[in-house]
Amino acid sequence: MNAINPIIILLAAFLAVYFESSFSLFRNLLGAQIDLLPPLMVYASLTTGIFTVALLAVTGGLLFDSLSANPLGVSIVPLFAMGYTIHRFHGLLLREQVYAQFAFGTAASVLTPLLTLLILLSGDSNPLVGWGTVWQLLIIGLTGGLLTPLVFATLDRLSRALNYQPAIQVGFRPDREIKRRRGTL
Amino acid sequence: MMGEMLKKPQYIALALVAVIALIIYNLPTQTMSRWKLAISGVFLPLFGLAGSSQQLLQKTGNTVLPRKLLAREAERLRLENEQLKIHAMQSAELLRENAQLRTSLDWQRQTTWKLKLARVVARDPANWWRTIQIDAGATDGIRTNFPVLTSEGLVGKIAAVGPYRSQVLLLGDPNLRIGALVQDKEVRENGIIVSGGGPLDNNLVGLQYFSRNSAIKPGQSVITSGDGGVFPKGILIGQIVDMANPASGLSTEARVKVAADLNSLEEVWVMLP
Repeated sequence: MNAINPIIILLAAFLAVYFESSFSLFRNLLGAQIDLLPPLMVYASLTTGIFTVALLAVTGGLLFDSLSANPLGVSIVPLFAMGYTIHRFHGLLLREQVYAQFAFGTAASVLTPLLTLLILLSGDSNPLVGWGTVWQLLIIGLTGGLLTPLVFATLDRLSRALNYQPAIQVGFRPDREIKRRRGTL
Repeated sequence: MMGEMLKKPQYIALALVAVIALIIYNLPTQTMSRWKLAISGVFLPLFGLAGSSQQLLQKTGNTVLPRKLLAREAERLRLENEQLKIHAMQSAELLRENAQLRTSLDWQRQTTWKLKLARVVARDPANWWRTIQIDAGATDGIRTNFPVLTSEGLVGKIAAVGPYRSQVLLLGDPNLRIGALVQDKEVRENGIIVSGGGPLDNNLVGLQYFSRNSAIKPGQSVITSGDGGVFPKGILIGQIVDMANPASGLSTEARVKVAADLNSLEEVWVMLP
């Protein structure tokens, strides 16, 4: 594996956090801002190695917290917990299936903010939590689930476009070609 | 056993992330604030780009506007300007009279508000805080705790300041409490503005600690009381929507509809001393 995939994923994380802080359409329309980092983490954990997962958790978490009133670093552990769990079982998971991507995206999108809230509530912070939070988690989960297959399709295509393609192995070997000539046989 | 574990990349990554998270999470508040501003600095080119493209779009829109519409708008603004000039003249006279009376009564003179316009560049990406980032910072004379408002009313206060950007705590954020005054012909009650609208409604806040038999009712205006020294007295916060008596029965609580639309903030004014 080369450095292209981690770079693509980190760039996507940077743009995802910028999008979340700059576009308020979902927030104004549905009452909740969507979170693009969990779908990205699902992609990273099913596609790349554990160090890229760790890099995404640290970078994505720090970028997210830097624009938020969250204490710096609070989003790192929930993101990594999702990535680590999925990565541990990535051999058993149906990475190519859209419904599997939707399911993992939904689960990660609900559990990541939930874990962050638990960490915040167990510390000194006093986040805004109420019955509306259930609705917000529902929206985040649903949009996260729907966006995960889109993240897979986009980043896979980008990765294929920027990476060297593996040489295709064919059965034909020139040294074993049977040369037929007129007059033989 | 430990050596075996350290050979597995999963455990190394786990240990690394745990150590990094612990170190960062336990940084002193000042250092953490500085780190936050430094890290969020990577978004500055994108914020600048977004601002420029917005201005460009606005300029392009202005060039294609029909002349007739522009003339009508100019006429409307001219009339409004004249009305405001007359109001300003009247206000200046009232101000002079007020200053004279204050001097004769030996009261402290009221200072006029100095304002700095700032553009909203980002909102809090987390759903459990109410903060925004503005494109004015320490270089523009901004400091923490300065009040932030729009022409409609109070928005919040400055929470953190960087050289070129600041973070604003909006009304309704759990970390912002403001001394408020319900001012009417019949009533004059003090309370405290807290987060009370729940996570879904940005434009509702709670108003607490009224006496149980207070005469507050829906529709009354709520202004800053000036208590606490952060917000000057008299900035409009909003209007009372409804009231409730909490289980303790000792006080009355109310919900207030914020006068400024916090969902569609594009430009805000920072009040300088």
